[in-house]
Amino acid sequence: MNVGVNSARLNLRLDGWRSRLLLIALVSCFAGLVGRAAWLQGFHSGFLQQKGEERYSRVIDMPASRGIIRDRNGQPLAISTPSESIWASREDVTLSPEQNRSLADLLHMDPRELAQRLNSGRGNFVYLKRQVAPEVAQQIMGLKITGLFQQHGFHRAYPKGEETAHLVGFTDADDHGQEGVELAYQKELGGSAGARRVIKDRAGHIIEDVESIRVPRPGQDIALSVDGRIQHLAYRELRNAVTVNRAKAGAVVILDTRTGEVLALANYPDYDPNNREHLSGAQLRNRAITDTFEPGSTLKPFTIATALEAGKVTPNTVIPTNGGQFTIGPSTIRDTHPFASLTVSQVIQHSSNVGAARIALSLPSETLWNMFTDVGFGQTPKLGFPGEAGGRVRPFRSWKPIEQATMSYGNGISVSLIQLARAYTIFANGGQLRPLSLTRVSTPPAGRQVISALTAREVTDMLELVVKPEGTAPAAQVKGYRVAGKTGTAHKVVGGRYANRYVASFVGFAPASAPRVLIAIMIDEPSGSSYYGGLVAAPAFSALMGNVLQMLAVPPDDPNSSLFDAPNVGTGSAEDT
Amino acid sequence: MLTIKELRARLVAPLDPTLFNTSLLLMALGFVVLYSASGSDMGKVASQARNLGLAFMAMWAMAITPPHKIERVVFPVYVVALVALVGVALFGEVSHGARRWLHMGPVRIQPSELMKIALPLALAGYFEWRGKAITWRDFVVAAMLLLVPVALVIRQPDLGTALLIASSGFYVLYFAGLSWKVMGGLFAAGLAAMPFVWHVLHDYQKKRILTLLDPSQDPLGAGYHTLQSMIALGSGGLIGKGWLRGTQSHLDFLPEHTTDFIFAVFGEEFGLLGEMVFLAAMLVIITRGLFIANEGSTPFARLVAGSLSMTLFTYTFVNMGMVSGILPVVGVPLPFLSYGGTSLVTLFISIGILMSVHHHRKLVKQ
Repeated sequence: MNVGVNSARLNLRLDGWRSRLLLIALVSCFAGLVGRAAWLQGFHSGFLQQKGEERYSRVIDMPASRGIIRDRNGQPLAISTPSESIWASREDVTLSPEQNRSLADLLHMDPRELAQRLNSGRGNFVYLKRQVAPEVAQQIMGLKITGLFQQHGFHRAYPKGEETAHLVGFTDADDHGQEGVELAYQKELGGSAGARRVIKDRAGHIIEDVESIRVPRPGQDIALSVDGRIQHLAYRELRNAVTVNRAKAGAVVILDTRTGEVLALANYPDYDPNNREHLSGAQLRNRAITDTFEPGSTLKPFTIATALEAGKVTPNTVIPTNGGQFTIGPSTIRDTHPFASLTVSQVIQHSSNVGAARIALSLPSETLWNMFTDVGFGQTPKLGFPGEAGGRVRPFRSWKPIEQATMSYGNGISVSLIQLARAYTIFANGGQLRPLSLTRVSTPPAGRQVISALTAREVTDMLELVVKPEGTAPAAQVKGYRVAGKTGTAHKVVGGRYANRYVASFVGFAPASAPRVLIAIMIDEPSGSSYYGGLVAAPAFSALMGNVLQMLAVPPDDPNSSLFDAPNVGTGSAEDT
Repeated sequence: MLTIKELRARLVAPLDPTLFNTSLLLMALGFVVLYSASGSDMGKVASQARNLGLAFMAMWAMAITPPHKIERVVFPVYVVALVALVGVALFGEVSHGARRWLHMGPVRIQPSELMKIALPLALAGYFEWRGKAITWRDFVVAAMLLLVPVALVIRQPDLGTALLIASSGFYVLYFAGLSWKVMGGLFAAGLAAMPFVWHVLHDYQKKRILTLLDPSQDPLGAGYHTLQSMIALGSGGLIGKGWLRGTQSHLDFLPEHTTDFIFAVFGEEFGLLGEMVFLAAMLVIITRGLFIANEGSTPFARLVAGSLSMTLFTYTFVNMGMVSGILPVVGVPLPFLSYGGTSLVTLFISIGILMSVHHHRKLVKQ
């Protein structure tokens, strides 16, 4: 083999150490590779196989469709439509300027904002836009941008918009209820998401649908007790009353007195649940339920009812009102329209503070406290609404005489509008108090007898006087129907003191002979020509009650009545505290 | 007039059956894997088949050319490759942060690929030219011939290719009889220089080495390639998931799955068993090459054959080491399996040269 090569150094043969070393190196390297492969594929393969599976096998959520919220007639108040969310994996997205522009166009975003979203921020995952219409999502995915994904979901729509905003509430982008019925009935409406196991490639595209792990269970539909038409009227009247009186806010509650169903519940200011980009706390407040106020004179009927029940007075008992002044210790209670004396009925009709105070002081404080508590004051109504307020009734043991006196006409006690409305049903309902319901009820739940039917009748008769010409609220009368109701005008407490701001209210029901509908309306800080309940809240009550009774085809119980002009519609007779 | 027999003797006889058949077997394996790795893309397979046609012609051309004729062009080729490397350094196109490509009119070439084969040939030619009178000075000259192109490639930067070029040159020096003392000294110096080299390395290179120690440290970044290929291999198990059944490549989790990481696809679909078959075939080619080197007619032929065989081994080892996570990630294609025209042509030129050395071994003897 050595022919032609004399140099020993150039003697290239596979013998000697030079060649052996090479062979040893070669064989040991290959053996190393085989060993490594055997370790990976034999001993370690279980772990690596599992890791591999984790890479491509995914469990994806199958969102459940949310239940529809309907009114008592089946009209939809909240419905779900399919919608898509567009999200991106920041690492994988590289956009040409052109792609960036068309994507921004489709998303209705500023191109710079889009670029910023994609390039900065923590984590790899970013939602570009949620609740995109399916057609738009399809166009976006049609751009074939890697690293861009869509996620199926549902978009919640509210056909009645502002009208039912506070009642129905809304859901967040994850389809969870945030306010109103949407939150109160989250469990029923929400259903449960399903899950599927799929195989996805690195770009996240589903390659194969392997199995269904859980079938999505759609949420239940909810039929509310609310009547969409009545809700519409209530909302319209309330908005009108708040605007005309240049008030800060207002709320209205309409109840079916026979069943305890809420027929309407509206607040103002309001918001559009379909477009919640700019929302203030004031707009969001479901005042009828979450806000409490000092009810003022609307509380007097409960004081009178307590006294009637206790047998201390009859409707015709004469109460000396001392020319509209009553001094208790250092304080003096005044009536703005002074009388020497009034019957119990007239105390209600003229809304006499002195009369109510005198009657209250003839009762043990515990008896009065029991009445307030029995009709639900100081306890949350348990409708399941977020932020339900219970109001405040101080324990009777701490009442001083002056406090017991002022509480008789609604000062020093706080209630929410819906509590007040519910309490009034005892007069309309022969003394029975029923739980309220937001959902339609077929058989009314059993009520609790709070006062006797006789007392209820007597108080109702008194309340009818309120809308008579001599009463505080002739503006609340409704043509063809007998109306029972009571005005309230309360000073607002600001920073612990009574300020020159008022809450005007009116609570009433009709037809007084066989009550069907109860309306409670509250106007917060009216700043127009008047702030009295009889002038601010009563006209709205009247218009609303007339329409509702007609809509429900309630037969008139006073068909021959004609509307009389309120003779004393001025500050004088309408005043109360 | 050439008879059929003469024609056969001239055209077919040079093709060494062992090398030729084993190459065919490995290429068949390559097409099978490529079809799967490319996601059943016949276009890619057809394109690789065209590359193979070109490579076969190159192989055949080399095989029928006697070594002494090849020897005549090795210096010009080396000079051209070197000039091209200098050209890359001066006017090269930057792509992915490295300057590796040179535009020559419509053609785009990567001179470092040419250097992979030009350097061992040139070194072997140098030693042949010096003949009997080799002294330590010749090794110094040879080392210069080796270090200049290697330095240029390192500058691109392309550390992986530079190391491969250096190793192919080193094999020539080794076979030529580089003294054990010098090699020992170099080895010691290399070890001592490691901390300094570490400072010179680019961040991404450091990261690749660190990643090797613990790929899970940065599973989505530097460790991604290695982790994914290890997962693919491991998923294959002993007998593999079967052809077209690999998940990691088909679902796009495995990067570079038709080129540098194609072995992971192979491993996932054919398992440890398939890998042993592939390694066995490679071992046949490499030992056949070393055997040919042993019986070469001239020092040039022997040195070239030995170096090219060992280079084949180096490619295989570095690529498989990278895929199975024992070596850092460097861009080295796997012979016969990786998709790519340049590497395939270079590979078959090497095989052609081996065939030539074998076929013409007796001619000089006589």
